[in-house]
Amino acid sequence: MNWTLALPEIVLAVLGMAILMFGVLQKRHNPFHLASMLTVGAFLVAGMLVIAGPEGLGYHGQFTSDPFSRFVQVLVLVASSLTVIASLDYNDHANLRRFEFPVLILFATVGMLVMAGASNLMTLYVGLELQSLSIYVLAAFARDELRSTEAGLKYFVLGSLASGLLLYGISLVYGFSGTMEFDKLAMTLADPTKVSAGLIVGIVFIVAGLAFKVSAVPFHMWTPDVYEGAPTPVTLLMGTAPKVAAMALLVRAMATPFGHLLGQWQQLIVLVSIASMLLGALAAIGQKNIKRLMAYSSIGHMGYVLIGLAAGTPNGIRGVLIYLVTYVFMNAGTFACIIAMRRRGRSLERISDLGGLGKTDPMLAMWLTVFMFSMAGIPPFAGFWGKYFIFTAAVQSGMWALAVIGVLTSVIGAFYYIRIIKVMYFDTAEAAFDPRSASLSTLAAVSGLFTTLFFVFPAPLVGAAEAAAKVLFG
Amino acid sequence: MMAVSLYHYLFVSALLLVLGIFGIFLNRKNVIVILMSIELILLAANLNFVAFSAVLGDLVGQVFVMFTLTVAAAEAAIGLAIVVIYFRNRGSIQVEDVNLMKG
Repeated sequence: MNWTLALPEIVLAVLGMAILMFGVLQKRHNPFHLASMLTVGAFLVAGMLVIAGPEGLGYHGQFTSDPFSRFVQVLVLVASSLTVIASLDYNDHANLRRFEFPVLILFATVGMLVMAGASNLMTLYVGLELQSLSIYVLAAFARDELRSTEAGLKYFVLGSLASGLLLYGISLVYGFSGTMEFDKLAMTLADPTKVSAGLIVGIVFIVAGLAFKVSAVPFHMWTPDVYEGAPTPVTLLMGTAPKVAAMALLVRAMATPFGHLLGQWQQLIVLVSIASMLLGALAAIGQKNIKRLMAYSSIGHMGYVLIGLAAGTPNGIRGVLIYLVTYVFMNAGTFACIIAMRRRGRSLERISDLGGLGKTDPMLAMWLTVFMFSMAGIPPFAGFWGKYFIFTAAVQSGMWALAVIGVLTSVIGAFYYIRIIKVMYFDTAEAAFDPRSASLSTLAAVSGLFTTLFFVFPAPLVGAAEAAAKVLFG
Repeated sequence: MMAVSLYHYLFVSALLLVLGIFGIFLNRKNVIVILMSIELILLAANLNFVAFSAVLGDLVGQVFVMFTLTVAAAEAAIGLAIVVIYFRNRGSIQVEDVNLMKG
């Protein structure tokens, strides 16, 4: 048994408890800022351990470390760090200066790292629950605000229902195949006579549970409400890291243990993907609240990512990973801009509040323009390349219809992204926003530079994604 | 007397699952009922695990139940805490009052 495989998770969990103790014992100053910095430091340490750690299967087949898990883990750590940095400014203004906030993000991140490395249905469930439970609390973190608590309540109820369905699915898969280990499941299911109806029902339940976590269409109802009600940094977190981890889990579960049943789940994923893309494109058009708009936009983006999974090839998985990287940076940058929307200390969320931003704050308007163009998939921004890799993979697998629908919905989606740009540059100017803090400017600039300059050096990222994808369908 | 087979267990747990799901979606009264329905769903899965574990002669299913029970306890604690802060702000835990944001 090689216990060092889970060293990043163990170290991160221990550091999380240490930061919690520090926060409790620190009486004189408010420890929120220091705890946040320590959390980012812990993410950095964990990231280095992930990159330097050994590869292999450990804990009696419960946990694995391979190029795929490491790619996802590094991405999750980056996304969580961006969230903690974004929360510094927001929580100061929203009077949420409590040190539990970064610690909860840290524990959610531990859960996500476990999800990325799960090679057994049991590890999968425990990691997923650690992540979900932390995020339920985070969604209701502004406990004196009705909207936040309502978001927490809704997310809790629907999230627990999804976990319950997932668990029921796991129990059926376990019962009808006799094992929970991914490797053994793959071996058993290679023989088509061992595939029973109960097993297929179990897989459908598992897909439903995971589709909820990535907010794909029949299970998306919670997304707009929770995105709108939760504190903005939490919305940023929900839009990035858990989506990446849950999508990685879905990809691994479909590719490794259920890889031989491609014909059975492919149609399901295709349907979910088409429905998500259509809803993401159409429902966002009428939105006035920018956080709600981002919710529908994320539903649409998950639809595009699922195309890569539906393709069922290493190229498709490579597309999924590249898309997720670009998506994390676009989303983090957009939410940094949303957090910066503040007049006389009050946070604003309506799209019309952005009127005339091009004149009052050209820098912020420029970054938001970059992110909107990137989300719409306009070259040369990063979002275009994500879509490019996904659509080429779909075409290579002969899924022309899926690729055509994807292109059409991204054209429809471009309408509402570009409407935001129109509001910023051509509508009558409103009063200027409050001065931004350095952390938000840095966050917007880093994400913006990544999004703009991705096409200059894509090779290392594409190479890493390719190596990661080979593990699954190799 | 009829012997209790695996399929009887599966039937009961499927029944519990359906009850739990209906409890969440058809219930128009109280959020606490929803929390109970969630527990019912988790118990349905647990019953499955134990029944399968016994039939397969494999302990893994029972170990999983221990994990699930722990998670269910944490989930109930967090759920009740969220209901408490919601009640403080809203003054009600009627399901039809959870409507500030339209889905």
